Amino acid sequence: MSFVLWIPLVGPLAFAGLSLLLRGSALRRFVGVAASSAVLVSGLLLVSAVLDGAVFESGGGMLRADALSAYMLSVVGAVGLISTWGGLSSAASSRTRDAAGYEALIALFLAAMSLAVLADSIGLMWAAVEATTIATAFLVGHHRTRRSLEAAWKYVILGSVGVAIALLGIVLIYAASVGTDTPTLSWVLLSQADRGLDPALITAGGALAVLGFATKSGLAPMHSWLPDAHSQAPAPVSGLMSGVLLSVALYAILRIQSITNLVIGPEFLRTMLSIGGLLSLLVAASLLIRQRDYKRMLAYSSIEHMGLMAIGVAIGPAALPSVLLYILGHGLIKATLFVISGRILKVEGTPVISDVRALLVRRPGLAVPWLIAMAAIVGFPPFSIFFSEVGIIMAGWSVGLGGVVGAALVLLLVIFAAFTRLTVQMTIGAPPDGAAFTPDYSTHGPRLPIILALVTTATIAFVAEPVGTLLLQATAVLGGTN
Amino acid sequence: MFETFYPQLIGFCTGALLLTSALMVWRHSLLASIRLLALQGVALAALVAVIGIAEGESELVLVSLLILSVKGVGLPWVLAHQSKASIKQIQESPRLNPTAALLAVTLLTILSYVVVSRVFGLGDSETGHAAPIGLAMVLIGFLLLISRRRARSQLIGFLLLDNGIATIAFLTSGGVPILLEFAVSLDVLLVVLILHVFAGRMRTKFGGTAVDQLRELHD
Repeated sequence: MSFVLWIPLVGPLAFAGLSLLLRGSALRRFVGVAASSAVLVSGLLLVSAVLDGAVFESGGGMLRADALSAYMLSVVGAVGLISTWGGLSSAASSRTRDAAGYEALIALFLAAMSLAVLADSIGLMWAAVEATTIATAFLVGHHRTRRSLEAAWKYVILGSVGVAIALLGIVLIYAASVGTDTPTLSWVLLSQADRGLDPALITAGGALAVLGFATKSGLAPMHSWLPDAHSQAPAPVSGLMSGVLLSVALYAILRIQSITNLVIGPEFLRTMLSIGGLLSLLVAASLLIRQRDYKRMLAYSSIEHMGLMAIGVAIGPAALPSVLLYILGHGLIKATLFVISGRILKVEGTPVISDVRALLVRRPGLAVPWLIAMAAIVGFPPFSIFFSEVGIIMAGWSVGLGGVVGAALVLLLVIFAAFTRLTVQMTIGAPPDGAAFTPDYSTHGPRLPIILALVTTATIAFVAEPVGTLLLQATAVLGGTN
Repeated sequence: MFETFYPQLIGFCTGALLLTSALMVWRHSLLASIRLLALQGVALAALVAVIGIAEGESELVLVSLLILSVKGVGLPWVLAHQSKASIKQIQESPRLNPTAALLAVTLLTILSYVVVSRVFGLGDSETGHAAPIGLAMVLIGFLLLISRRRARSQLIGFLLLDNGIATIAFLTSGGVPILLEFAVSLDVLLVVLILHVFAGRMRTKFGGTAVDQLRELHD
């Protein structure tokens, strides 16, 4: 069964090659969907195996799928499916040469993220995270305008410098393990108790690694590339980057944290992540209030949600099931929102909020799903984001971080108000000066992925078995007990 | 015989690394910076070979050949891959004047010695004593990234940062596992190629590669 570990890596690569080979065929546009499906199916297979108590390894221990990895892989696949299916290009536009490269890079991007969550070695995980930057660089600059070039340049420079800092951290962690009997980068071995790792090296290494991966996961104050990159990339790419690439970087932080906790205790990273999380919420709140561009608005919302997740990670095991559920809920909803925002941009021709008015009357086909997804992202029940946020805040109180979650709650209220105002501005109201119009009920693209994403996030929080069991198992992995 | 030369060889290689880093800050011509980068790649490869021979690890000698081909030859070739005549004219006008920049380099080097000796302890080995050089290179790389205005000069800062990390890795732990070394080299090579392509696009779209022009996206 351990060959399943290779499907999410080899499958997308094969589809990428196929995309380059299928010259001028309209089939090419399904490459991204096929690659995401391969990742999702193998993720679900691994989840079912993990629930039966099996942990697969392959490639001489380089690849490993415990509960956390299997869960993350499924999230990558699910968010990938929603983004690529929802953002399916038209048959005509998929025949160009640009489209071949685009679909191939999407598939490579999915393979890199899969490798990042499946790698047992933190070194390999690093290389995979860096590979995501490489795969997405040309995707961000896909439109070849001045703005997208600027966004891509900032993204690659800041992303690779940030990830280079993480490499420095990993090098120091490795240096700490060289002092013991078996030098290793395998996080399974590193997170075994009583290894006698040098605390000073682990402190410095852990801090640098977390700082580096925090850059990639868009936490303030290293977030400045994120709104540019996410607003300039094509909609499916934005959905993938916002929905799941940020969480993959957060997953890297979780793995590093499980190593440092054993050596130096949780306090050090708790302080770092709490500050980063609160700063992210503050940045998001202050820039959302006067936001004018709806794609940038979604990007800042990602900074907000990553900030709250970081606070959850800082709180520790009590909040981790909520954080993991959050990753799925935020990923699906954010992908949906970016997909719809791409469609709005296409039919309205402007990314400016104040130019898009009365959407609910003029284009109910787009406005209704947009409103529902917006309600989900700001945290209305029954969508799972609500339960995750409540879970994190309750856990924060219970471990004595009441001040942090209290401040977070205030900032969340500000963000809630800003979001409500901007969404109302876009959707509610009468069309300008009574011009004649016919309501447009078309969704301007596949509607099934949007329905699937919304239904999944609305119901998943109520499914204790197997979702709850899986989340608890994944949390146990990070405690070093599995 | 080799044991007597070993500390001197380590000192010579790390000295060359630090010297090339400082010269990169001092020189403003792009071509000179690229040549210094090539020289630094050779020095890093030599350092790895020396450590490899001293510890009797044939794997490290292999890694040193990899470094020589990527950092000593490959990357500088990619960066200089346009007509020599046009690249000679590219002059950097950095935000810091040379005196202030060199002063900053000195301070950063002292800082890295203080940090490394306080935080980790220098240890008894020759390589442990040289480890602060790696951190100094990382910090000087940051200085270049911040103070340079042109796309390709920033790229050189990024590569200096990467060389610094590699230096720390080899001096503290004799290098990371070889598979990771391959992955890191490949990643860096690809990032440089991508940034190189972007710098080219920037020249056609903006008519220059000054990063200051990137000001359209903001809040």
